Amino acid sequence: MLSQQITTLIDKELTKYPADQRQSAVMAALRFVQDEKGWIAPEDMADVAVYLGMPQMAVYEVATFYHMYNLKPMGKHTLTVCTNLSCTLCGAGDTVAYLEQKLGIKMNEVTPDGKFGLREGECMGACVDAPLLNVNNKKMCGKLTPAKIDGILADLEGGKA
Amino acid sequence: MINIEIDGKKIQTENGSTVIEAAHQAGIAIPHFCYHKKLSIAANCRMCLVQVEKAPKPLPACATPVSEGMKVFTHSEQAVKAQKGVMEFLLINHPLDCPICDQGGECMLQDMSVGYGNGHSRYHEEKRMVLSKDIGPLVSAEEMSRCINCTRCVRFGQEIAGQMELGQAFRGEHAEIMSFVSGTVDSELSGNMIDLCPVGALTSKPFRYKARSWELSRRRSVSAHDSLGSGLAVHTKDNRVLRVLPIENDDINECWLSDRDRFAYEGLNSDQRLTKPMIKQGGQWQEVDWQAALEFCANGLRQIAGGAGAEQIGALATGNSTLEEMYLLQKLLRGIGSDNVDFRLRQSDFSADGKQQGAPWLGISVSDIGRADRILIVGSFLRKDHPLLAARIRQAVKRGAQLNVIHSADDDLLMKIANKSIVAPGGLVEALSKVALGVAAKQTDGIAGSLAGGERVAVLLGNFAQQHPQAAQLQALAQQIAAATQGKFGFIGESANSVGGYLVNAIPASNGLNAAAMLAAPRKAYVLLNVEPELDCADAQQAIAAMQAADLVIAMSAYRHGATEYADVLLPIAPYSETSGTFISSEGRVQSFNGAVKPLGEARPAWKVLRVLGNLLKVDGFDYETSQAVRDEALQGVDVAAKLNNAVSAIESKPTAVIGLQRVADVPIYATDAIVRRAMSLQATSDAAQPKVWLHSKELSKLGVAAGAQVKVAQGQGSALLEVAADDGLPEGVVRVAAGHPMTATLGAMFGTITVERA
Repeated sequence: MLSQQITTLIDKELTKYPADQRQSAVMAALRFVQDEKGWIAPEDMADVAVYLGMPQMAVYEVATFYHMYNLKPMGKHTLTVCTNLSCTLCGAGDTVAYLEQKLGIKMNEVTPDGKFGLREGECMGACVDAPLLNVNNKKMCGKLTPAKIDGILADLEGGKA
Repeated sequence: MINIEIDGKKIQTENGSTVIEAAHQAGIAIPHFCYHKKLSIAANCRMCLVQVEKAPKPLPACATPVSEGMKVFTHSEQAVKAQKGVMEFLLINHPLDCPICDQGGECMLQDMSVGYGNGHSRYHEEKRMVLSKDIGPLVSAEEMSRCINCTRCVRFGQEIAGQMELGQAFRGEHAEIMSFVSGTVDSELSGNMIDLCPVGALTSKPFRYKARSWELSRRRSVSAHDSLGSGLAVHTKDNRVLRVLPIENDDINECWLSDRDRFAYEGLNSDQRLTKPMIKQGGQWQEVDWQAALEFCANGLRQIAGGAGAEQIGALATGNSTLEEMYLLQKLLRGIGSDNVDFRLRQSDFSADGKQQGAPWLGISVSDIGRADRILIVGSFLRKDHPLLAARIRQAVKRGAQLNVIHSADDDLLMKIANKSIVAPGGLVEALSKVALGVAAKQTDGIAGSLAGGERVAVLLGNFAQQHPQAAQLQALAQQIAAATQGKFGFIGESANSVGGYLVNAIPASNGLNAAAMLAAPRKAYVLLNVEPELDCADAQQAIAAMQAADLVIAMSAYRHGATEYADVLLPIAPYSETSGTFISSEGRVQSFNGAVKPLGEARPAWKVLRVLGNLLKVDGFDYETSQAVRDEALQGVDVAAKLNNAVSAIESKPTAVIGLQRVADVPIYATDAIVRRAMSLQATSDAAQPKVWLHSKELSKLGVAAGAQVKVAQGQGSALLEVAADDGLPEGVVRVAAGHPMTATLGAMFGTITVERA
């Protein structure tokens, strides 16, 4: 079941579109689910489909097409590291290696305490700040160095997201 | 019209058409995979790239609209280079093992790679692997690595079947066709995805690895199930039907087939087939030769006619019997002095008999239904009863037609419904008369308003309306509405030869008994043609009782079935695939066909069996050489089109007393006739699941039972134990229990009072 909070947000989103085009709100709806639950379970996709009056498979297509949607639990803080060309040229490989070593997990894994998840991402459109990572698809951190990464992780550990 | 030039050939084509359409019109082939004339344009396979003058790069012919003076080159150096490039990309991930692929020999990719592919691959890396999927008992998705992601199956689901069960999940190199959370594809049109799939990704599960396409003989035939008259290409090998594919005809089934038409052939090879004549002697079934069996029948009939009187003999046929069979059956009965013959086994109201001006039919051509702008469907489980007609109406609705529905159940038709009135069966006449009054009063809203606003109105009465106890009144009201809206009205015939049965007078003429009367006042002898009384009749209980009380029951059937309990003779007859015959579709199309294979065992075409019976009983005029001779006699000098007439007059209204819960009975899509009931793959689908008792949730709470519990439903002397489920689309006061299923064969009439109690 979608929470009251999510349906309220979806309803607000729906006012942006024509009444017979409810499926226009699908991306936003999935985002609200992920914001609340950290990931989107198939049952949630089915609920979104029912709520928006669209085929379940169509929701699944959207949810699997965009890599920002987590299809499995990815921890409290999902760190998405860009590994596209610009970032890689500027040392994204080192960023990934450092994060993996520091967190003790590999890509697409979650730390045992469920705090951090690590994902590979696509270009975030801010190559000027390469290498980049994104926290929970909300906060972008650029010009990464080991020291800066330590700072980000410490902030997140300390509850400052 | 605009002028373009393709490969130097000057072509006039309609403005707005695409290059590929123009080329096909002119007979120029352009290679393609994702393009399909009945589906939307995706332009994702890129195989149809062509060179267009002044265009800087090759353009996809399927998605490029024509423009005045356009010059297209489909085989220029640039075009062929582009096509070959696309082919190389397609083959990078496609397995190159055609010899072990079920599609081999009839594969678009295989054919096209001969023309555009290389002899060897330049790609040495590992190919991408896509896991197999289980999407149900009909369509095999065993080899999804072969998929080239053309999305034809996805678009078919969205656009033609009306439900998106398959989709393309993930992206780029990871994109794959799948269903949501490993769900099955339950559409009643799913088999068409097999035809559409240009490669071996989606194949027919029942046909898989049974034969190669070049080993099969193809015979034209006609669907023996619903009344659309779909064209079938019956593929056979070693005197066995191995699969059935559609024959394209835009006026009938377009290029589609319903799953029932496509997969019912499995029933033809069922191990329940009756292969030898049998006689019951001393309670034991004995195999005998034809001579003995037929003489036994003739003697029995002669004795009863001579003793109790010929009116003690009744004949029942299903509407799936051929025209020839029904003609001979009525001729035989009348020859021995009985007028008791009928094929309308599930009908319960016969008050229109004698007031009918012609044979009831669709009242409009199938293609004109697609062009109607206002449609009213009265009493029909449309999608399940007539899957392809539903698909055609779905297209009409997409083009802007308004669909209105009056019915006793609110099944999802997978299309937009403008207005609907869902009432209990007892309220159907009232609901329709409201519309009739509304139309007369120039009402502007609701169903009446919708119909009054139309230019091409069609009012169609479905199976449920025809089986309704006030069917004649519904017909009279539909006639009234059609007259007031200058529209057409008619019946969506229940089975393949419903119209044919009327045309050959396989109905009582003057003093004879109709199907219901013959069972209500049991006869001493019954001749059954294709009938399984407990499953095919309006009142299963009554039918069984009548059979058990009879002195002589002659069952002509392709199968050993329930008749073994009460019949005295079983005569093995050939199903449609093993005999020549004729069906007249709902729209009055007379379609004859030949047998595709020889009759199994000692089974014989029913027209031959009836011929011999006629001779043995010394009835005149039973000397036919061929079934064509029978047809010619039956239809000689008959202007079929002129005989089709839905007009009725002087129908009296007869109010029905409504007490307690009323039964709403559908005949599930895979329970409609003897062949379908034995098609194992169809029986494994979700549409063939065990029937449940459906009630509105308010009725459920009144009864104090929860959905999922077992309940006892009872009618008359019989009852059945079934699972109960909630359906808030049903009106209150209604219990929906399917008919035509062995589990509900103990119940009584399809319409009427029914009780439900906790088991």
